[in-house]
Amino acid sequence: MKNDKLTPSIAEAVRQCGLRDGMTISFHHHLRNGDYVLNMVLDTVAGMGIRGLTVNASSLFDTHMPIVDHIKNGVVTGLEADYISGGVGAHISRGILKKPVIFRSHGGRPYDIERGASPVDVAFIAAPTSDPMGNCTGKTGPSACGSLGYAFPDALYAKKVVVITDNLVPYPLQDWSIDETHVDCVVKVDQIGDPSGIVSGTTKITRDPVGLVMADTAAKVIAASGLLKDGFSFQTGAGGASLAAAKYLKDIMLRERICGSFGLGGITGYMVDMLNEGCFETLLDVQCFDLKAVESIRTNPRHREISAMHYASPGARSAVVDSLDVVILGATEIDLDFNVNVHTDSQGRIMGGSGGHSDTAAGAKLAMIIAPLSRARLPIVMEHVTCVSTPGETVDVLVTQKGVAVNPRQKELAQRLRDAGLPVCGIDELKARAEAMTGVPQPIARGDRPVAEVLYRDGSHLDTIYNV
Amino acid sequence: MRRSMLFLPGNTPNILINGDALGADALIFDLEDAVSPDEKDAARVLVRSAIKALGYRGCEIIVRINGIDTPYWQDDLREMIPLRPSLIMPPKTSCAQDVRTVDEFIGRLEGELGFEAGTVRLIPLIETALGVENAYEIASASGRVAAIFLGGEDLTADLRCKRTREGAEIAYARSRMVVAARAAGVDVYDTPFTDVNDDEGLVLDAQTAKSFGFTGKAAISPRHVPGINEVFSPSMAEIDYAYEVLEAIRLAKEQGRGAVALRGKMIDAPIVARARQTIEAAEQLGLGGNRHEK
Repeated sequence: MKNDKLTPSIAEAVRQCGLRDGMTISFHHHLRNGDYVLNMVLDTVAGMGIRGLTVNASSLFDTHMPIVDHIKNGVVTGLEADYISGGVGAHISRGILKKPVIFRSHGGRPYDIERGASPVDVAFIAAPTSDPMGNCTGKTGPSACGSLGYAFPDALYAKKVVVITDNLVPYPLQDWSIDETHVDCVVKVDQIGDPSGIVSGTTKITRDPVGLVMADTAAKVIAASGLLKDGFSFQTGAGGASLAAAKYLKDIMLRERICGSFGLGGITGYMVDMLNEGCFETLLDVQCFDLKAVESIRTNPRHREISAMHYASPGARSAVVDSLDVVILGATEIDLDFNVNVHTDSQGRIMGGSGGHSDTAAGAKLAMIIAPLSRARLPIVMEHVTCVSTPGETVDVLVTQKGVAVNPRQKELAQRLRDAGLPVCGIDELKARAEAMTGVPQPIARGDRPVAEVLYRDGSHLDTIYNV
Repeated sequence: MRRSMLFLPGNTPNILINGDALGADALIFDLEDAVSPDEKDAARVLVRSAIKALGYRGCEIIVRINGIDTPYWQDDLREMIPLRPSLIMPPKTSCAQDVRTVDEFIGRLEGELGFEAGTVRLIPLIETALGVENAYEIASASGRVAAIFLGGEDLTADLRCKRTREGAEIAYARSRMVVAARAAGVDVYDTPFTDVNDDEGLVLDAQTAKSFGFTGKAAISPRHVPGINEVFSPSMAEIDYAYEVLEAIRLAKEQGRGAVALRGKMIDAPIVARARQTIEAAEQLGLGGNRHEK
């Protein structure tokens, strides 16, 4: 009988898993900007002299800036991610990696890991609580982060799995998320992260009057779409205006006594409020965006953890996004064909990624983009986006503070919105109105070296991002 | 239909460009208190360019010029009148002569521009004790006056009292303004509520103003616009009642009855007049569905 899997150090776990030059290691991002584990592991393997690794992280935040040095000194030579924040992204955009970054969506990543298109040699799973055999969860412990949804494909399909925890409990942990059958080693460390870093700055309702106008319009669009009735399902991002839209939607649902079936996604405290006030039967949670959501998933049985595959994998027999009615999404740019960019900023530098953007847009009956007509003197509506993150044929509506543009494929929806007195206009008209204020921006000067390839959720190639 | 009038500081481009997205029926481009003396010329240029480029569809355009006791007001008017704003708001109007001074200068500019006389109208801002006492002569000083507007902050400074959330200190001024405006046959607007974060206080203040008879209310924050619009829109109950009144009148006429009662109350001419006003307002706002007066 195997005694237990406790391993005295990350280095020992690395040795036991047989990690060698050129292999692929993976990480989840549930501790978000408070994660210590990715940096700890990279420092350890660098110290052991291992080089040429590919890092497959579900997301990278600015807390992971030390990876830039590991790239420069050759420890990391490949990067795959669903999202890379602006600090690390700026370095990537300068071209510090020889191989382009592979960007996937939150649904495409588990699909590619599962089917072997993106094999993982060793997965390092930050676990806020684990027992010595590796039954682990994110719901409890001093570094609790709630759902471990994005870690499931890594746990299930990596060749070797290392659980790293700062809260070791006696066997068996009762309410596990990932079970011991997948885990090779367990390492106890002092701290896996700082839970206050889970909350990103974008999880507060905006007070900006323009944001509130857009949010109010967004809620009215949903009400007029015909989808807002008992059984309604909904996902919204963590941006200030998206959250404000959820607040206005909640007011409508409570007033009209509409009980939805589920709220999906990255879950914030506002979605928890909607659950508790009767707007939804259940929350399906692939990641927690704030500590209120963490508390809820721990204590409320109607708040369920789901895996990345269950959330959005196009290879699953079905995924929750396929049953989704409405999703509210952001954009840094949108073009006349409704293609959306969430990967690069106005200078063409990497500052984001699809996350679940293209997955939910593809699945939802109504995929709504909410964005101001201009940001920092630049129009949001372009002739062509700098990078196609989400194909326009999956995007239905653009809500701005000065009008609502409906994808021409959605004629019935456009008529419904007009009948409800909403300010429907052509997307070209919104572009013209933005340019009346900002002028037509000059095209971005970019290099000719690819720094990232953007893959669609089904693995097909969507776009290439070049150095700037 | 002008329920809400939102102040936009004339020197703040990112607010000016979104003025028409904030739900206000009218926008007051402010060249006066919001703009420091060394930025007066820049604000004029900015406001002129914003109005020209953006047009502000669906919003009435009002410009608050600087007072006639300053060296700026004539330049303000020279820049603004060519843009044909609906209304010019002269501040600190205290007597009929103040109105006539602005009226004559605008008349001259209209002549030079070939505009029909009276194209641009006036909404004098009354914010002194003397102005309140002279409210009727101000409201009737010129055919150009379309409305008068109470400014509570400056007024209470002049009255040497504190401005409060409840507003008892301006009750007399409100009342006097409404009577003067109605006697002169013009509209009348209430002072802004100044606590940006007090949504409940705003609604109570707007309800108070409506109960005095004000046509609408100004706002210094976009956050207050929806509350003001709601208070100054007829409620569904009011609209329903108005239709009932008109229907009762119609039936009485048909049946040749003189006196008409509805819900146990006699309906007389003022009730009918108010019902017609309510329905007219509701129709302008697109409220009340497809009902038509039978």
